[in-house]
Amino acid sequence: MRCRAIFACIFLVLLLSVLSCGQRDKEARQDLLKVGLVFDVGGKGDKSFNDAAYRGVSQAAAEFPLEFVEFEPGQDADRESGLRKLARGGYDLVIGVGFLFTDAINKVAQDFPDVHFACVDYDLKAGLEIPVNLVALKFREEEGSFLVGALAAMKSNTKTVGFVGGMDIPLIHKFEAGYRYGVQIEDPTVRVLVNYAGATGKAFDDPVKGKELALSQFNKGADIIFQAAGTTGLGVKEAALEKGGMVIWVDSNGNYLAPGTILTSMIKKVDVAVYETIASVVKERFQGGVREFGLKEDGVGYVVDEHNQGLISQVMIDRLEELKAKIIEGQIVVPSH
Amino acid sequence: MIPLEIIPASIRMATPLTLAALGGVFSERSGVVNIALEGILLNGAFAAVVATHFSGNPWVGVLAAVLVGLLTALIHAVVTVTFKADHIVSGVAVNLLALGATQFTCWVVYGNSGNSDRVLGLSPWNIPYVEQVPILGQILSGHSPLVYVAIFLVLLAHFLLFRTVFGLRLRAVGEHPLAADTMGVKVILMRYCGVLISGVLAGLGGAFLSLNTHYFVKNMSGGRGFIALAAMIFGKWTPFGAAGACLLFGFLEALQMFLQGGGVPTQFIQMIPYLATMVVLASAVGRATPPAAVGRPYLKEAD
Repeated sequence: MRCRAIFACIFLVLLLSVLSCGQRDKEARQDLLKVGLVFDVGGKGDKSFNDAAYRGVSQAAAEFPLEFVEFEPGQDADRESGLRKLARGGYDLVIGVGFLFTDAINKVAQDFPDVHFACVDYDLKAGLEIPVNLVALKFREEEGSFLVGALAAMKSNTKTVGFVGGMDIPLIHKFEAGYRYGVQIEDPTVRVLVNYAGATGKAFDDPVKGKELALSQFNKGADIIFQAAGTTGLGVKEAALEKGGMVIWVDSNGNYLAPGTILTSMIKKVDVAVYETIASVVKERFQGGVREFGLKEDGVGYVVDEHNQGLISQVMIDRLEELKAKIIEGQIVVPSH
Repeated sequence: MIPLEIIPASIRMATPLTLAALGGVFSERSGVVNIALEGILLNGAFAAVVATHFSGNPWVGVLAAVLVGLLTALIHAVVTVTFKADHIVSGVAVNLLALGATQFTCWVVYGNSGNSDRVLGLSPWNIPYVEQVPILGQILSGHSPLVYVAIFLVLLAHFLLFRTVFGLRLRAVGEHPLAADTMGVKVILMRYCGVLISGVLAGLGGAFLSLNTHYFVKNMSGGRGFIALAAMIFGKWTPFGAAGACLLFGFLEALQMFLQGGGVPTQFIQMIPYLATMVVLASAVGRATPPAAVGRPYLKEAD
């Protein structure tokens, strides 16, 4: 008897919650667009990848009437439940920041066909069919990395440059491959040292390791290191400050972090991609599928601003622009692995 | 040929491990299993950065790390010694609490839960005369002051545990609390001492982690508390043994970084420290005998 009463109660609660969810859903759609952002490892405040996504949403929020919520998954399993929670909570657009969302977002997008989804750095190699309500935002990181590689080769006095990657995966190999090719095209006598911080997501979150890896590269004679490693890169920067070397920042513009030490930043305009996706939903022009951002689309590039203009001469800039034009025209094809 | 830089790198990797492992020695010798070392390291790392941020002095950060380490250990001590709860369960709870609490507080202070702003670190110590000796200077000089503090603490811990009355009593309550009790040793008090000392030491280890990097990053202890625990077992619950094991682990970690990029897959190289740990634990040391009463609460009436 008692048992049945408990079941009845549970059922009632479930029913009510489902009903209330549906209601909130309808209300939301009438006034403002609801956008949910789920961060990657590294999280908001990494001064690079995640912060770029956050800037994109902030920029959109300043222009369109939208309400947005951010979500930081604590552990791997939270990724899917985070997405699912937002999709169920009446959000119109849910954005997963990082390739680690690939499988989860694909699954959730199929379960919620009325909600729009976007995934930054979606991994096409996973071989999953992309549902129509999901847009995969891809970048040709190798093209931007190519340019900073060429710059590193021009700038290096020791004829040795380094690369510190985060997790050892195809996505980060794109940075490495572009960088290596850039160095090679500019000056084949320059040596490239390569280290990865690890084989798990933790590798993007480990400045202690980053500092040690960078110190070992500086000790082996490198004077410039390109880091593509999330917050692990903060450790690379500290090693450079200690050893008097230089660092090329990644994803966001980090030139201001240590003027004189940050040579330039290989920016990946995640903010633009996120902003444009939100705009497309606002204007009801959202399209699923793959969208690619390279040099041609101005989705990647290097930055010269007041913090690093003393480090880069006009001759170097002219050369970089020449290389950039060649890539855009297709005369140079940068390998991605 | 392995270059010389690998040795100072090993020392840097070994320092936080050694401090935490020493803490483990004190705690376990008194009879309390302390897997909360991981959480204490993390809390210490965070406290060091926040206190340095507000005071502008990294030494204040070190002091804060020690205090917060002590408080974190106090939680573990109250739960395990006074309330006699399971040591592993309490340790896991402390670790999870530290993970959440540091991220939450980081968000309160810095506006994001991922990492802090940059803070000042401790300036390295160059030992006069020694720094000019060719090879020795390169190995021994120019480290963070906490490295030297750690070396001193290893010696002090050995002296305290094996050459003083306090040490004898601490070991006695870990081996046979009833016997110690009948001799008039305050079992509860000694166990509190053991756990709290471990908090101070692991807190110091945390301070080294974050001040050496100049940032706090979420979960930056990254399993080092557990490795320290393995080192303590490997070192047979002695300060010298534990420190030696930590140096070995530090060396393997540094070697792993050095070997990368030499044609062997990085994933394989990154297994080396852990693989070596297992091989060593399973073979070379022989049977590791823990203190007899470790992990068992002391119930006065029951015995």
